Amino acid sequence: MISNIVFAILLIAGIGGFVYNAGKIRRNILLGRDVNRSDRKAERWKVMGLVALGQKKMFKNPLPAFLHLCLYAAFVITQIELIEIFTDGVSGKHRIFRADLGAFYTFMISFIEVLSILAFVATFIFLARRNLLKIPRFVKDEMTGWPKLDANIILIAEIILICFIFMMNGADEVLYQRKLSHAPYLEDNSFGFLISQHVGPLLFGGMSDSSLHLVERIGWWGHIIMVFAFLNYLPFSKHFHIILAFPNTYFSNLESKGKFTNMESVTNEVKLMMDPNADPFAAPAPAEGEVQRFGAKDVQDLTWKNLLDSYTCTECGRCTAACPANQTGKLLSPRKIMMDTRDRLDEVGKNIDKHGKDYDDGKSLLGDYITEEELWACTSCNACVEECPVNIDPLSIIMDMRRYLVMEESKTPSELTGMMTNIENNGAPWQFSQADRLNWKDEA
Amino acid sequence: MSEALRVPTMAEMMASGETPDILFWVGCAGSFDDRAKKITKAVVKILNKCEVKFAVLGTEESCTGDPAKRAGNEFLFQMQAMMNIQVLDGYEVKKIVTACPHCFNTLKNEYPELGGNYEVIHHTQLIQSLIDEGKLVVAGGDTFKGKKITFHDPCYLGRANDVYEAPRQMLQKLDAELAEMKRCRTKGLCCGAGGAQMFKEAEKGNKEVNIERTEDALEVKPDIIATGCPFCNTMMTDGVKNFNKEDDIKVMDVAELIATAADL
Repeated sequence: MISNIVFAILLIAGIGGFVYNAGKIRRNILLGRDVNRSDRKAERWKVMGLVALGQKKMFKNPLPAFLHLCLYAAFVITQIELIEIFTDGVSGKHRIFRADLGAFYTFMISFIEVLSILAFVATFIFLARRNLLKIPRFVKDEMTGWPKLDANIILIAEIILICFIFMMNGADEVLYQRKLSHAPYLEDNSFGFLISQHVGPLLFGGMSDSSLHLVERIGWWGHIIMVFAFLNYLPFSKHFHIILAFPNTYFSNLESKGKFTNMESVTNEVKLMMDPNADPFAAPAPAEGEVQRFGAKDVQDLTWKNLLDSYTCTECGRCTAACPANQTGKLLSPRKIMMDTRDRLDEVGKNIDKHGKDYDDGKSLLGDYITEEELWACTSCNACVEECPVNIDPLSIIMDMRRYLVMEESKTPSELTGMMTNIENNGAPWQFSQADRLNWKDEA
Repeated sequence: MSEALRVPTMAEMMASGETPDILFWVGCAGSFDDRAKKITKAVVKILNKCEVKFAVLGTEESCTGDPAKRAGNEFLFQMQAMMNIQVLDGYEVKKIVTACPHCFNTLKNEYPELGGNYEVIHHTQLIQSLIDEGKLVVAGGDTFKGKKITFHDPCYLGRANDVYEAPRQMLQKLDAELAEMKRCRTKGLCCGAGGAQMFKEAEKGNKEVNIERTEDALEVKPDIIATGCPFCNTMMTDGVKNFNKEDDIKVMDVAELIATAADL
């Protein structure tokens, strides 16, 4: 009875804590400017199905894709087992679905066990890739300190979680064989789960009855505590991608990657400038709502999709590995752009919690996190956007910050000022007269 | 060269009461850059040969605004766009072909919201359809026989607009060996010129992007590096020169290769 109450408290606290912190992230994301991503719903579901659920973009790189798939499948399928664990935990029963589901139950748990073993192996390989092989994209400048620790914590937690699963099933198997399990007895001598029916006796066969009960309980409680701990770790970790990948791909940009947004505020100004009937002395129309700055200086100037992107990023670094600027030693790393955006947004969120909504800490994403040098190194080639397995768009953040630099602060690299002056004066980025545009026709 | 190029302007066409089927948007590089002008002429030769009824804007053409937009100057971009749209709409232009992926991308994707709605195609797409329709016969015999060609995907044609096959299908008509670089199509590496980088020095690093990309190309030991963008052409040509290979490896636009093969 006490264990039921403890479980219920754990359940409520675990889910409550997650909902509370996820709510804060939602609030932070909604600090961004509006952008319409509610159109073309059928297409959006399809993109989400292919890219998030189907992991389509992961498979450009088959080895990590396969290893990741092992973890992903184990994670998704294990959720089904959680239904039973929750039901058992609240009701005080043990393996409540086994009697009714019969062979299907054995199949499901066996399936989960096989995936767990694959995930177990994959996790060790992942740890090795990060810490021993030091795959280049995992050891870039932005991957020291917390991001590195975060990645290792997640992997080690996964290993512990899987150990608990096999303690639980393995010890229970031995107990079942000794007719001491709390599970309902069918006319058999084994649960028949593919892995634990062998591993259980091997590991725990020599233990006393009481030790077995202890191991089984440690496994069971350890598993569920890890699940709740993991759930509550997510909002503070890059690992939140396991949830946000779904909305993030649903709200993907469905336009051609080369199409950059046309700023509406600018369109209005330009139309006015080009309208021969416009009264040059007329007082400007009162602005509707708050006057927005051109481009982005801080996270609130970005769209909510940019901000959702930042929380979705799991710092895998495929973007940075594909970035031509990064490959040639420039400061720009698209992954860092996403991490900076998220870290700054977290900071803004904490300021709101502490000091209220209108507090200004005098810092901004541009300057305190991202430097001009990074922004000007971008070739806008879209390799980062193409690579991202969850359709994050670092390029649109870079472009919005360039817009701020150029249009609000006139901080344009001098050669680009020359280029722009030429376009204004003679309609070409170079200093050639527009009257000479057709000269090529008669040149030999 | 067999005969003089026929390059009617929209103004001339209009004066004689004619309407061209398609506008050839030459672009700044195609108009002013000595290397790119050759690409422009190759396109015109193909259009002339196939008797495509086209025209250019000539001195009425102006920058699409692409480099200004990518450099963050949205005001200048939209000014350019609106002025160009007025000119294009004045001539009731319906269809545009251009040999520059940057002009292509901007006209196709960014002009519609500002009121400029045209069917925009890249020159590789136009040439491809001319070949498919049988209007252009590429039977250049031995010009490229035994040669190895590798195609560098321009970012604004490939990733930006998903045009990967048209240039490759054209190259396959050449009776040459088409060799892919290890990074091609969606994974193609940038030449280093996009995003207004063409007009400035690169930021501090340990290498130039075009050198990195040229190394990709040199790995397949090509006789010709083909591309479909005047800026890529410049960057790859410089890259090849950097390795002192300019005598062995030519950097050519797909249109030039087709024009040569078709004896134009």
